[in-house]
Amino acid sequence: MTAGADDPVLAHPGQDVGPDDLGQPLLRMTGIVKEFPGVRALDGVELSVLPGEVHCLLGQNGAGKSTLIKVLAGAHRPDHGEILWRGEPAVLASPVAALRLGIATMYQELDLVPGLSVAENVFLGHERSRFGFSRRGAARAEAAALMRRLGHAEIPPEREVGLLSAAGQQLVSMARALAHDARLIVMDEPTAALASDEVDNLFRIVGELAADGVSVVYISHRLEEIRRIGSRVTVLKDGRTVASGLPAGTPTGELVNLMSGRQVSTVFPVREESAADERVEVLKVEGLTRAGEFADVSFTVHAGEVLGIAGLVGAGRSEILETVFGARRPDAGTVSVDGVRLKPGSVSAAVKAGIGLAPEERKSQGLLLDLPVAHNVTLASLGTYSTAGFTDRAREMADSRAVLEKLELRPADPRRLVGTFSGGNQQKAVVARWLVRGCRVLLLDEPTRGVDVGARAELYRLVHELAADGVAVVLVSSEVPEVLGLADRVLVLREGEVLADRPAAELTEADVLDIVMEGSAATELAGVAEEASS
Amino acid sequence: MTSKSSTPVLATGTDDPTPPPRQRERPRRGGFPVDVRLAGLVGVLLLLCLVGYITRPDGFLTEANISTMLRLAAAIGVVSVGMTFVIISGGIDLSVGSIVALSSVWMTTLATQSYGPVVMVLCGLLVGLACGLVNGLLISYGKIVPFIATLAMYASARGLAERLSGRRTQVVSETGFTTFFRGAFLGIPVLIWMLALVFAVGWVLLNRTNFGRRTLAVGGNAEAARLAGIDVKRHTALVYGIAGLCCGIAAIMVVARTTSGASTNGLFYELDAIAAVVIGGTLLTGGRGSLIGTLVGVLIFTVLNSIFTQNNLDTDIQNIAKGVIIVAAVLLQSTKLRRRIRKT
Repeated sequence: MTAGADDPVLAHPGQDVGPDDLGQPLLRMTGIVKEFPGVRALDGVELSVLPGEVHCLLGQNGAGKSTLIKVLAGAHRPDHGEILWRGEPAVLASPVAALRLGIATMYQELDLVPGLSVAENVFLGHERSRFGFSRRGAARAEAAALMRRLGHAEIPPEREVGLLSAAGQQLVSMARALAHDARLIVMDEPTAALASDEVDNLFRIVGELAADGVSVVYISHRLEEIRRIGSRVTVLKDGRTVASGLPAGTPTGELVNLMSGRQVSTVFPVREESAADERVEVLKVEGLTRAGEFADVSFTVHAGEVLGIAGLVGAGRSEILETVFGARRPDAGTVSVDGVRLKPGSVSAAVKAGIGLAPEERKSQGLLLDLPVAHNVTLASLGTYSTAGFTDRAREMADSRAVLEKLELRPADPRRLVGTFSGGNQQKAVVARWLVRGCRVLLLDEPTRGVDVGARAELYRLVHELAADGVAVVLVSSEVPEVLGLADRVLVLREGEVLADRPAAELTEADVLDIVMEGSAATELAGVAEEASS
Repeated sequence: MTSKSSTPVLATGTDDPTPPPRQRERPRRGGFPVDVRLAGLVGVLLLLCLVGYITRPDGFLTEANISTMLRLAAAIGVVSVGMTFVIISGGIDLSVGSIVALSSVWMTTLATQSYGPVVMVLCGLLVGLACGLVNGLLISYGKIVPFIATLAMYASARGLAERLSGRRTQVVSETGFTTFFRGAFLGIPVLIWMLALVFAVGWVLLNRTNFGRRTLAVGGNAEAARLAGIDVKRHTALVYGIAGLCCGIAAIMVVARTTSGASTNGLFYELDAIAAVVIGGTLLTGGRGSLIGTLVGVLIFTVLNSIFTQNNLDTDIQNIAKGVIIVAAVLLQSTKLRRRIRKT
């Protein structure tokens, strides 16, 4: 195998190794099923990784990539399915078991201890020791050797990890994987935090690893990266493998179709007549910017209009909603409701102006799980439920019961603790909070995450009803069909930049994915894309 | 069992070929008609009273002893009310004992006494409130964790008290003050009235007002409270202000009982108050709590104390018993909790 040491852009390191040349694959997963309450995250995944190949995993948000990674890392145990490791059945019962076999995982959020040194992090959990005393010298020397192998001998093993750059930390993470003598390294979007020259270095290392016979499972949303370093591609969709072992050179269109080709397993809303009233401009956002998160975001939402925001996780969708809501302070730009400009960075100003937010993390950001539904419902409007500071509990109960019945929350008992409800009903409770306030603008961040199919359909109907009542709705969702089905207009984001703002009827799922994944199609579509890729 | 709702809710698509996912909603009671744990605590209290009666049938359940017990419980009880609010809001206040000391010293200096009883009372309240607000501002706007901010107050308030008093006990010569606070109303000592009043006001504030509701919200999930438009910082500052004010009231009670102010007043109040709050069923992590539980907690320790003094027993055994009670109460609480919050 020839690895061009000087050329960081290895075409396809594993390409000359055909599937049959090396006989059995290093890893073979068949029929993997993993169920969580209410969701079937993996529903028959097939994955086969050959020794020394860079196997790319593609799929939309929610396709099951993260769950699959966790199964590989031993963090989740699959409910069904078979895992063959070097031809023998293996049970990945725990992260330690996976590491013992030789499977190391580099998570997207780096799992390093910032206060410890490079060497200590590399050998965390399998410290070099003799008779119970740590062999710090040996650990340091080995860590230094690993960093040299990774082409970064200048990072001293004594350096505190928290002081390193993102790229440096990633190298430490990789060194840790190598220290375990991994045969298979799983990399979850390793380039997300890297600048382009650092990406080149990463690719060079990946190429060398592959040349040494180490296999890599590589996850990325950037198709051009997959072209550069990938050997073969497996595409996941709704928890299933829809294609495996494709050559990395497969045309973009084909890959996008595979990712979006939807089975009828999920009920997506049928487009309804828009309730938008073009004459009443409710929410106006101009030039909203937060350094490092999003830049120059402008849009307006009319009464009864549903604006969808599509984009990958990390594209700045939630950040925009939270900034509009005043929970984050913008660096520049303004938010106005009914023509009145809001005080920036003030939640109470936004709430007073009639904005409501159903946050992304329902449990940690939205609800008081230990309190009754009624208390959660009135939390944002306590001022209107009191006389001289005393809570009007009878009216609170009556109004809560009314809104719960309207939203068909089951059971519609305002005294029950919110924590005992299902995901969909909890989401309704969050929405109810803003309905009792009589909000003008409702920001919904991933409203259907962790919500089962039946409750989803109800939430979709609810959005339509709210719009029909003249509420301006902004909807963020990772599920493109959901955005396209619910929204009148769609904003497509990529890395904090609005690449398209078009009527939903003019977009298809493939268009959106194209913009989101590559940014190349955006040039024709919106004419606002400056850089197609970085 | 009020609601039986395990019937699936799904209006799921007839067009949906996949079987609907399991419905996770379980029928559940809205809450116990009688709080089991509180009943248990009251049981412990009654049991202790019984032990007291058996060991000292002539001395324990007399009017005099009950009155003494309650007067002794008064100051720590009032401090515990403030502590309950702080802990429900998700914080902790280590400085209450020192604030009691500082308030008691400041209100009994010769200068303060010379202005008469009203000024003494106001001085005690204001010093307590001010110290509490300083705690609150440091925590909410200064972003210092409660443990550290109140630890600093714990050290410096007592230091200031020592400096003001020169470590001498300041005897109250103002007779108007002592006659009123050491007196009785309708046959019940004023101190006990004060204790009852503070508990009543605290209970209403916690359970019947928006302020109380917001305290629970801030302690239960500060981020959710913030995203619901609640000014979490201001609220936090106010909660510590309340705790400080309670310390001021407690200082007045201590001064009345001992007819003096000293920098050694209120020693270990923080530990006793936290213990009472915790065995009373308030979660140390915040978000849930009960003032009635706190009251019972305070009374349990008071009765325990009385049993030991009445029987002339050493305090070391008393402290061991106290520790055992704390651990038992918390264990009871956590098993209950596990049953209650079964994560969905």
